[in-house]
Amino acid sequence: MFRLVAQEAEHVVEAGSGGIWAQYAGIMLVLPFVAFILIILFGKRMKRQGAELAIAAMAINLAWATVLFFLNMTEGVLHTEQVEVARIGLFDGNPLVFELGWVVDGLSVMMYWIVAFVGLMVFIYAVGYMQGDVRVTFFFAALSLFAGSMLVLVGAPNFIQLIVGWEGVGLASYLLIGHYWEAKENSNAAMKAFYTNRLADVGLTLGTIIVGFTIGSFRFEDLSRASEEGMPALAAVAVIAGFLLFFGAMGKSAQFPLHIWLPDAMAGPTPVSALMHAATMVTAGIYLMARTFPLYQNLAQEARPWMIGIGAVTLFGMGLLALVVDDIKRVLAYSTVSQLGYMMTAVAAGGYTAGLFHLFTHAFFKALLFLGAGAVIHAVHSNNMSDMGGLRKYMPKTFTTFVIGALALAGILPFAGFWSKDEILVTLGDEGYRGVMWIAVAGAFVTAFYMTRVIALTFFGEYRGHGHPHEAPAIMTNPLVALAIPSVIAGIANIPGVTLGSLRNFSEWLGVREVVMGDHHAESMDLSTAAVGLGVALAGIVVGWLIFSRDAETQKARDRLEIPLLYPLLRAKYYLDHVALGLVATLKGPVAKVVNWTNQYVIDGIVNGAGAVAMLLSRFVYGGIDQRGIDGLVHGVTMVTDSAGGALRRLQTGRIQQYAAGVVTGLVLLVVGVGLFVVIN
Amino acid sequence: MILNQFLLLAALLFSLGVYGLLARRNAVMILLAIELMLAGVNINLIAFEAAIRTQLAVGQIFAVFVITVAAAEVGIGLAIVLMIFRNRRSANVDELNLMKW
Repeated sequence: MFRLVAQEAEHVVEAGSGGIWAQYAGIMLVLPFVAFILIILFGKRMKRQGAELAIAAMAINLAWATVLFFLNMTEGVLHTEQVEVARIGLFDGNPLVFELGWVVDGLSVMMYWIVAFVGLMVFIYAVGYMQGDVRVTFFFAALSLFAGSMLVLVGAPNFIQLIVGWEGVGLASYLLIGHYWEAKENSNAAMKAFYTNRLADVGLTLGTIIVGFTIGSFRFEDLSRASEEGMPALAAVAVIAGFLLFFGAMGKSAQFPLHIWLPDAMAGPTPVSALMHAATMVTAGIYLMARTFPLYQNLAQEARPWMIGIGAVTLFGMGLLALVVDDIKRVLAYSTVSQLGYMMTAVAAGGYTAGLFHLFTHAFFKALLFLGAGAVIHAVHSNNMSDMGGLRKYMPKTFTTFVIGALALAGILPFAGFWSKDEILVTLGDEGYRGVMWIAVAGAFVTAFYMTRVIALTFFGEYRGHGHPHEAPAIMTNPLVALAIPSVIAGIANIPGVTLGSLRNFSEWLGVREVVMGDHHAESMDLSTAAVGLGVALAGIVVGWLIFSRDAETQKARDRLEIPLLYPLLRAKYYLDHVALGLVATLKGPVAKVVNWTNQYVIDGIVNGAGAVAMLLSRFVYGGIDQRGIDGLVHGVTMVTDSAGGALRRLQTGRIQQYAAGVVTGLVLLVVGVGLFVVIN
Repeated sequence: MILNQFLLLAALLFSLGVYGLLARRNAVMILLAIELMLAGVNINLIAFEAAIRTQLAVGQIFAVFVITVAAAEVGIGLAIVLMIFRNRRSANVDELNLMKW
């Protein structure tokens, strides 16, 4: 019943089996798909056009996930179900087995709960947000598909199911980003997201193939075990496999330079952005890195500096971009990219708990911020902050919750973001990446800075848009409140060294896994780091307020960051879109030419040559062997038979006495012959 | 025991039969000629039996067999001839050339 799971030498974590809740956890993975099919079939005829079904499925999932969550917090849950669906006998007595199933451990329980909780809030919110919009039924069907695919992904006990969920998430995001496909740029944004992700998926697929063929199994459990034991065959390919898997994660989790799709993905309806940025889609890459954590810790050491470097570039460089864009959703999108950089840096540096704790808290306040932005957009009918301003008077509930989300994101005590960001900073410092830690500190300053800008431009000053903005309906504000609560208190879960009664500390229950892991996390508060983090965040707010708050005379907020060189560079998004476009445009011609030449001369040559050889051969076979040889033989036999028969049939005269004469002649010859024989002897 | 006379008689009867078989045109006469040949063979068998006296009387038994087969043969042969005669109003074998190529 109880298994010992050692997390570190000094930690011994006991894990229960979770009973029926873990045994049938697969229901959570299936329910959204059931909802998806039912919505497609019956949604149009229902009162809320199918939203009820999506919400019902997600509510059941949330209840289930909550039970698992508390079971895991109190006693730990560890359970894996796998059903074989196919196998390939590649190795002697060691075939590659394809399995589907679900895994219930600390990591997946956390993800189940985030997806279900954020998903449910977003679904409820979307009922209000999408009222009277186009294709509502299809929208909710696709949302269900999105959440379901993510659950399949995070519940996957092996690479194969992970890829299934991974691609399902990609498909659903494509459908949802391009929800307003009538405008060309929206469908272009959807395609940009899909293509960028496909490019990265090549890395995931190749990495999976390499790992699967090396260890002869696709199970994460086996990979972890092989990594822990330092299997020589795996060690030989670990770095290349690690890079390939990381490349896949870079696409989904929008790491520099593959982040270019994420800001454009704002073309979708705001609930989609909230879901995508908080719970589903972008967290998948971090999740993959966490699942394959032992590989990077034990064997693929060489890949880690690169991962940390890319994470650091992402967290700082993309944060700066959020300072200059006017679209409120794009500000939040760049903020997400930046926070994903934090998570990636932390996980790569060995901070399993730190990175995932930031994922955990970030899910709440980023969903909250997106839904708040959606409420604002709903009110002013524009995405641009230049059309907003002064909204705190019109939308008090949205304002309050948005500020809570912003403070949490900026990392102000005691909001959730403070604890998780502090954990990352401490981990980076402990692991010896001091330089990266200071980049992260600078990133914290930038984060506070741009969130202050958003609040100043949106909620302070005078209203600059058209019409009269109004507070969103209750169905939209209630999810905001529900998300604001964990944004405030979620940090308590992981105050280092603190345990709440029978509930375990986050780092402890997150570490419940099949295979022991060498995680590094803070054992106690590091007050100096916390002070630095809090200090720069407050400094960011103050500086931001000084720059962006309203001008005394005009009562209008300024949106100007008058720094020469840097400002134009940021406005142009580091010219990365230009680089990507230029790369594709310049490569397209030569590549197409080479491919065409290869096709025309090499492949066609081979095909034509084979055809010509086959034709010559068949001509010889037909003319020489068949016509002359076989037909000649057949014809010859019949001809001989025919002429012989023609000659011999003359013997058949039909006259009895000729036959009789023949018989008598034969008799006489016989008698004479026998007589002579007798005489001679 | 004068075996030679019996053998000569048998040879004579057989030769007469052969002559009749080749020379006659009437189908009935041909059948009779065949009977003559069989009679010659029978005499031969009996003569040798009488001369040698085998323990199981093989010569006599064979003679009886030959008589039996001859009787059956004549029965069928005469029936065929009768049918031919009814159809063609003739039993002349020269005119019977239906069986040629």
